[in-house]
Amino acid sequence: MNFAQSFIEAIESLTANKMRSGLTMLGIIIGVAAVIAMLALGSGAQDSIIGEIEGIGTNLLFISTDNENVINPKPLTLADAEALDDPLQAPAVNAVAAAVQGAAEVSYSGESSVVTVIGVTPDYTQVQNMTVAEGEYLNDTHLTGQASVAILGANVAEELFGRANGIIGESVRISGQPFRVIGVLTAEGGSDFGSADDQVLVPLTTAQVRVHPQDTRGEVDTIYVSAISSEAVQDAITQVSNIMRERHHTEIGAEDFSIMSQQSMVDMMSTITGILTIFLGGVAGISLLVGGIGIMNIMLVSVVERTREIGLRKAMGAQRADILSQFLVESSLLSVIGGGIGILLGWAISALVGLIATASDFALNPVIGLDAVLMATLFSGAVGIFFGLYPANRAASLEPVEALRTD
Amino acid sequence: MNNTTVVEVKNLTKVYKMGEMEVHALRGLNVKIQRGEVVSIMGPSGSGKSTLMNMLGCLDRSTSGEYYLDGESVAEMDDDQLADIRNRKVGFIFQGFNLLPRSTAITNVELPMRYGNSNNGRSRREAAIEALQSVGLGDRLDHRPNELSGGQQQRVAIARALVNNPSIIMADEPTGNLDSKSGDELMELLLNLNKERGTTLIIVTHDPEIAEHTQRVIHIRDGVVEKES
Repeated sequence: MNFAQSFIEAIESLTANKMRSGLTMLGIIIGVAAVIAMLALGSGAQDSIIGEIEGIGTNLLFISTDNENVINPKPLTLADAEALDDPLQAPAVNAVAAAVQGAAEVSYSGESSVVTVIGVTPDYTQVQNMTVAEGEYLNDTHLTGQASVAILGANVAEELFGRANGIIGESVRISGQPFRVIGVLTAEGGSDFGSADDQVLVPLTTAQVRVHPQDTRGEVDTIYVSAISSEAVQDAITQVSNIMRERHHTEIGAEDFSIMSQQSMVDMMSTITGILTIFLGGVAGISLLVGGIGIMNIMLVSVVERTREIGLRKAMGAQRADILSQFLVESSLLSVIGGGIGILLGWAISALVGLIATASDFALNPVIGLDAVLMATLFSGAVGIFFGLYPANRAASLEPVEALRTD
Repeated sequence: MNNTTVVEVKNLTKVYKMGEMEVHALRGLNVKIQRGEVVSIMGPSGSGKSTLMNMLGCLDRSTSGEYYLDGESVAEMDDDQLADIRNRKVGFIFQGFNLLPRSTAITNVELPMRYGNSNNGRSRREAAIEALQSVGLGDRLDHRPNELSGGQQQRVAIARALVNNPSIIMADEPTGNLDSKSGDELMELLLNLNKERGTTLIIVTHDPEIAEHTQRVIHIRDGVVEKES
């Protein structure tokens, strides 16, 4: 018996019971659609999170105090940051910035808002890839003079002034102290992952004394280092570690500081979102399993209903394998067609969710990978064969005499 | 073995186990049927007549004994070999027609050829048309069973039984579901086909009128041949 013939017959038999076939397929459709949508949204979320991390600045290293391994960690200081900016000992380092940060109230003529105020050294905008939309950057004079000047993030400016331009020279109060606005950062837009749009930058020295004096006591929270290129990140880590170990008198393995590269953050977030995606896909996969059980159920009913037909076919010379393949073709056809529709539906769902997310200002671009489509197709086919196997085997094992006797 | 002998059964027994009980349906039965014969098998219910039909049609295996169908020893065959020999050497006509309800007459007749490996698609169709024409249904090729009368449906079944040129045709109460007029026509058709093609015909029936049409009647009782007439 050739395959094309059993294919045609399977189609005939499925279309003879359209309602039943449709409902059985629905289980697979929902299962596959759920898997596809979950995987697409998961990898979309992964892409946008990683995109944001990468947008922070290329080649970036973060140095912070590590008090997990050490009992009395030495705090990071501005002097540490200055020592790292040494072209001889650290040739792979391009720029270094130190920062203290904390929440503070910023107000302007009655409007006030609690935002992240970061005290930074002038190179901060450079290592973080920030630009000012108008006004000027912080400079060394501001730093040494503990100047009361501030650069506002775009959202902060919008909130206080109702506009993001023409506010240079205005005076705002940060923690009750007057600061002159010297610049507004270019809006990054669309991001809520520690976005610079919601920050205010002031000189490090000013912040240490007047904004976050209780937190900092002359220390810095983070030192940002940018490597000269992405290939030089590893060299930069080594060089920075050497300098820091020497300054803090610590052994290898007992450092009181930790260095995170942007790559390690990307890796970490990839792992987290990857696990999340697999988890969601797995939950969706359960519904695919339930769909498979639906197929098995209906195939079993179908075998009982068609016992006499099976007996007839056997009397006409159908062998075990003929009957087996007839029912397997039917069940896998159900699941593969269902899988195909499910892929389309899953694509539609994830596109819809992506549109909604974009409309609500959260950049989410669902990605339907070829691997997800391939996996869904293979998996639904396998579900059809697996759950069809038992009913088909039952049909194939019927004794012709018994089967012909059934009404 | 004589090459005009198509069915040779020697000392055939069949025992069914029904729980603890053993039912001896056939108890050492012997039958010989010549090529081209028309034979009816008669017997009261419980005589072993249906069991014998299942054995002769290679639908079931005997408990012991020998069965040669067209020179091939059937008794030792496994399920797939039995399926193959049914396909090549046996045509079935059932009381309830047993057509595939959603398929056309021509597709129904093509069915046995699909499980064989001799014909390609085109010659299958031609053979099916030829078989349907021989039973007088050349104008009903694309009708489905529910568009045909009982007599016509049974004629489709006859065409299906003929199409692989089997050594024997087993008919189990072929007129049982038909009114007497269609039944008579059908018997006439079967006997004509036997005359024209020389097909060996074995009819299982309890209807003495049917048996009267056949050259030879084998009476079965208690699992053995009681008498022949």
